[in-house]
Amino acid sequence: MSIELKNISYTYMPKTPFEHLALDDISITIPEGKITAIAGHTGSGKSTLIQHFNGLLKPNKGTILVDGVDIGKKNTEAKAARRKVGIVFQYPEYQLFEETIAKDIAFGPRNIGCSEDETQERVKQAMDFVNLDYDKYAHRSPFQLSGGQKRRAAIAGILALQPKYLVLDEPTAGLDPKGRESLMEKFRRLHKEKGTTIVLISHNMDNIASYADNVIILNKGKVTMEATPEEAFSQKELISQAGLELPEVKTIMNELAQNGLEIQNNAYTMDKAVEEIIEALRRKGKC
Amino acid sequence: MLTDITLGQYFPGNSPIHNMDARVKIVLLFIYIVAVFLFDNHINYGIMTAGAIGVVLLSGLPVGTVLKSIKPLWWIILFSFGIHLFSTPGEPIFKVWNFVMTKEGIIQGFIISLRLVLMIAISSLLMFTTSPLKLTDALESLMSPLKKIGFPAHELAMMMTIAMRFIPTLLEETDKIIKAQQSRGSDIGDGNFFQRAKGMIPVLVPLFISAFRRADELAIAMEARCYQGGVDRTRMKQQRLHDVDFWAGGIFSVFLISLIVVQFTL
Repeated sequence: MSIELKNISYTYMPKTPFEHLALDDISITIPEGKITAIAGHTGSGKSTLIQHFNGLLKPNKGTILVDGVDIGKKNTEAKAARRKVGIVFQYPEYQLFEETIAKDIAFGPRNIGCSEDETQERVKQAMDFVNLDYDKYAHRSPFQLSGGQKRRAAIAGILALQPKYLVLDEPTAGLDPKGRESLMEKFRRLHKEKGTTIVLISHNMDNIASYADNVIILNKGKVTMEATPEEAFSQKELISQAGLELPEVKTIMNELAQNGLEIQNNAYTMDKAVEEIIEALRRKGKC
Repeated sequence: MLTDITLGQYFPGNSPIHNMDARVKIVLLFIYIVAVFLFDNHINYGIMTAGAIGVVLLSGLPVGTVLKSIKPLWWIILFSFGIHLFSTPGEPIFKVWNFVMTKEGIIQGFIISLRLVLMIAISSLLMFTTSPLKLTDALESLMSPLKKIGFPAHELAMMMTIAMRFIPTLLEETDKIIKAQQSRGSDIGDGNFFQRAKGMIPVLVPLFISAFRRADELAIAMEARCYQGGVDRTRMKQQRLHDVDFWAGGIFSVFLISLIVVQFTL
């Protein structure tokens, strides 16, 4: 099962002088149980695209299937399918509104009709997952938290919905490197422990390199590449055409290869790169 | 979608109407509106309509867009047409219960509708062809004589500029928040009145918080740049009159004189 987009086109403000074709005939598949990254420059249509995943935007053309169900329909089956997809928007902390953190996280589960016990259980789980101590924070106002904590509380609000597909739009924007890493690790854990399918929207290629199983690259509303990170990062031209940069590790490896070190040059994460360099040096007899 | 609404309504362009000084446009618009309500000769209505059509064509905007601007006030126009239709004494044509429709009523109703349409169309043309920034600059400059009696012209213009600047931003923000809450399963806009009102809370609270945050940030940013309103501020873009403004003034004077001549001779 998967999220399947078939020939999706979307136009902003049609039939006005401001008409803008944001998505142009996009067909992609988000496979279940994987981490798929969607990368693209500002204005490439990333954010527009993900809003189609749970029916927030309706395409002008094309259909979206979540686990084989057309979510454009108006029946209960389509509604249930839409609810399988949880979206964490950019800067999700700006959507907090309740008096207490626990109430805010409970907003989602209550909306989808969870019982009170179930809701409380989900709130506890979600808070635990994002490292917000329930006893300490549950009854505090979300507006007393620090920026990073607010972000985590807001993400807990989506996690409490227990989505099968979790879409993250630039989840680490505006966080410090440490916060970035610990947040990404949490998503990785979620993926491993619960098998949640993750869609990661980012233009940070380093993030994509270390977490994604698949990469989809968007450029001006079109899909220019759908590949594994390894394949994607070997096509330097396509990446730079899309206004993106290679991961730092890959750039360094390319430089090394150009300057005569005989490496395989498949690595794009730090650990693999270190292995390859050591191996290359060993072959040269220097190590 | 919420952000699809055109507010501020400015359509960039390079027509003579676009290039006119905003102050000249405002003054001429004001005189035109007064003229529309002052002159009641039938030939004059023809001249004024022709003038309006001419200006719209000259602006190079799609005629449909200008006509669409009348749409929100359609009911008011229809209402006043109806009132005049039945309340003007004269030669009766038609009678329903106590209401008498008269021939004079039809004419009077038609004239009132025409006046309203002309007024709205020309006013929206000003909005369509002038950027909000130029508009507030012009208003400030036109109101500046009132500074002598303590009227805060600059502050008022600044407030208008800021308000207009943030309308699209806040709309975008609202749209984002609505979508975020919808993603959490909230059905905004469903149910009865109370349910809907309650459904607005998850949108309004974050929206207010972000509006205050933006206001605060803007105030700090302005202070950091040593902003001081009013006194002796110079402008990056000086408002100057160009040839096109003198032409416009000339043509408008001819238009106005012919209206006066027609009014008092025919």
